[in-house]
Amino acid sequence: MFADRYDPLQNEMVSILTPDGCCDESLRPDLDDEQIRTMYRQMLTMRLYDRKAVSMQRQGRFGTYAQMEGQEACMVASTRPLEPRDWIVSSYRETGAMWMHGVPLKLLSLYWMGNEFGSHMPEGVNVLPVSIPVGSHPLHAVGLAYAGKYRQDGSVAVAYFGDGATSEGDVHEAMNMAGVYEAPCVFFCQNNQYAISVPVREQTAAPTIAQKALAYGFPGVRVDGNDIMAVHAVMQEAVERARRGGGPTLIEAHTYRLGAHTTADDPTKYRDDAEVESWRSRDPLLRVQTHLHARGAWSEDWEHELLEACTGEVERAMSDAEAVPQPPPQDMFRYMFAEPSAALREQEAGLLAALQAQQKG
Amino acid sequence: MATCTLLEAIRDALHLELGADERVILLGEDIGREGGVFRVTEGLQACYGRARVMDAPIAESGIIGMAVGMAIAGLRPVPEIQFMGFLYPAFDQLINHVGRMRNRSRGRFTCPLVVRVPYGGGIHPPEHHSESTEAILVHTPGLQVVVPATPYDAKGLLLSAIRSPDPVIFLEPKRIYRAVRQEIPEEAYTVPIGEARLVQAGSDVTVIAWGSMMHTVLQAAESLDADGISAEILDLRTLSPMDVPAVIASVEKTGRAVVVHEAARTAGLGAEIVAQINEKALLSLEAPVERVSGFDTVFPLPQLEKYYLPTPEMIAAAVHRVLAF
Repeated sequence: MFADRYDPLQNEMVSILTPDGCCDESLRPDLDDEQIRTMYRQMLTMRLYDRKAVSMQRQGRFGTYAQMEGQEACMVASTRPLEPRDWIVSSYRETGAMWMHGVPLKLLSLYWMGNEFGSHMPEGVNVLPVSIPVGSHPLHAVGLAYAGKYRQDGSVAVAYFGDGATSEGDVHEAMNMAGVYEAPCVFFCQNNQYAISVPVREQTAAPTIAQKALAYGFPGVRVDGNDIMAVHAVMQEAVERARRGGGPTLIEAHTYRLGAHTTADDPTKYRDDAEVESWRSRDPLLRVQTHLHARGAWSEDWEHELLEACTGEVERAMSDAEAVPQPPPQDMFRYMFAEPSAALREQEAGLLAALQAQQKG
Repeated sequence: MATCTLLEAIRDALHLELGADERVILLGEDIGREGGVFRVTEGLQACYGRARVMDAPIAESGIIGMAVGMAIAGLRPVPEIQFMGFLYPAFDQLINHVGRMRNRSRGRFTCPLVVRVPYGGGIHPPEHHSESTEAILVHTPGLQVVVPATPYDAKGLLLSAIRSPDPVIFLEPKRIYRAVRQEIPEEAYTVPIGEARLVQAGSDVTVIAWGSMMHTVLQAAESLDADGISAEILDLRTLSPMDVPAVIASVEKTGRAVVVHEAARTAGLGAEIVAQINEKALLSLEAPVERVSGFDTVFPLPQLEKYYLPTPEMIAAAVHRVLAF
């Protein structure tokens, strides 16, 4: 059990697939080469999506976008052990995790293009819209988890958040309440080293984030977040613990945001190139590529094939989203309540009349 | 029919709905073993168990945030915040999530929850226990705000609130929790959200109030009646969405109005009511609409409390002023 064997107070971190592509076979999760190849493809799709999103923003076709390059292993490997009945509740940097749990890329693109219908998740997809107020959403995961426990439906809720969010009071309240109610909940913290510009050492005096779990009475595990095997193994254990009534787990995935905070951010103001380069050598995709190559399960031809297929998938999603007509102004009013109030109807009529008058004018 | 207080009417509604609907879950500080600091939930945990009547850690944001997740999952959480002065830590959840979830997901996810909050002054408590900040909630898009003034309305409105597909802030006038008794039906019934109650028909002036202030207004009405003044009294009952047509119809009839609230004056709900009257019934007015309200001060400690809250005399004086205009 990772939670027993790796002590966050001793700064111990679960690592299975090292940056040179070597795998600790004794810890290797039950993933065959074909499954690893699928995960590689998923990570590559995320990488391409992320880069395309930035370029779309530069062209004025996307709004401000939160980048996830470098964190693909966290998202692919942490969502893979989940079942459709499980919930994920995420912040704005988890586009990849949301996609993995069933939200189409088209919908995610629609959201970043500024259309609320991008958060209208398909039926049966248990993913909440992204939460922009930092750290306010893990509480929702605790509520979802409690509901699952109350109904005994076996579902688990996963809250995704970053290192910066751990300073928020609501994250404390969420972990405390999850502990008290033994909610089937996993707190997945992607410690990507920076909260916009503030490094994690200025966010908390605690040497690790994982150790905070101990104060709430449940396990905390630190894992190499750029290692799909380690993230997968640790997450699987946490999800299984939650599902069988063992309560919550905090996972701290040690990773790095290779891109900017958002397309509105300039990371050269707070970190140097050498640091970024040192993390490039720990690139989660490169690591899997090296590993698969060594096992004869990767080739340049396959890589080209993948690049072409994944690029096509990403571009299709974005052009499909762009083809969605802009919503009418009435939509602002339509979804405030099940039945709009008289005041809303009056304001809607006022706006429409004003627009009509403007057109005539 | 049974005679009960407003507090007992609320408990009765919770009891009935817990019994009728397994999705209903109560959570809050001290609501289980203790039955709540005012004893509203007394006996409910013994009846429905700890999984449904949950004692919560002292974490107001946590309570509301957790209720958001429960509501999205299809439960009907009814969180209690002990006093309105302790609601502020939960404002991030209320404003950023509760009021927005239906809209931002275009109807895919909803937050049908009811936040019960005892509000208002007049019980000589410590600091932070007397707030009446309903205007902030009414100003927040996506929230319904309900304030009963009678046991009958308390039970019927709470049942409507729990069955509403959208979030409701249910403000409980704690000053009159036990002050009034009324015969109410023993079975479940609802009072619609969004409809004002005509307390007393009259022809000279419209007096608009809600919650605890309703009873101060009724005391004022006795002296006005003795002076031969026919006051029409409206109990708003729901502050958001407000029954503006009821206000306008009454003002069109009487031509004069006084709005009474114990909250601070500036940008209080009275200002919105006056604006609505100006927009929709200006030409019916015989005099400027008066506001009788609390002050733009911090709510005082018990020794000064009597000077802060509107009194029947102040309300009667305001009515005399608008009549003499």
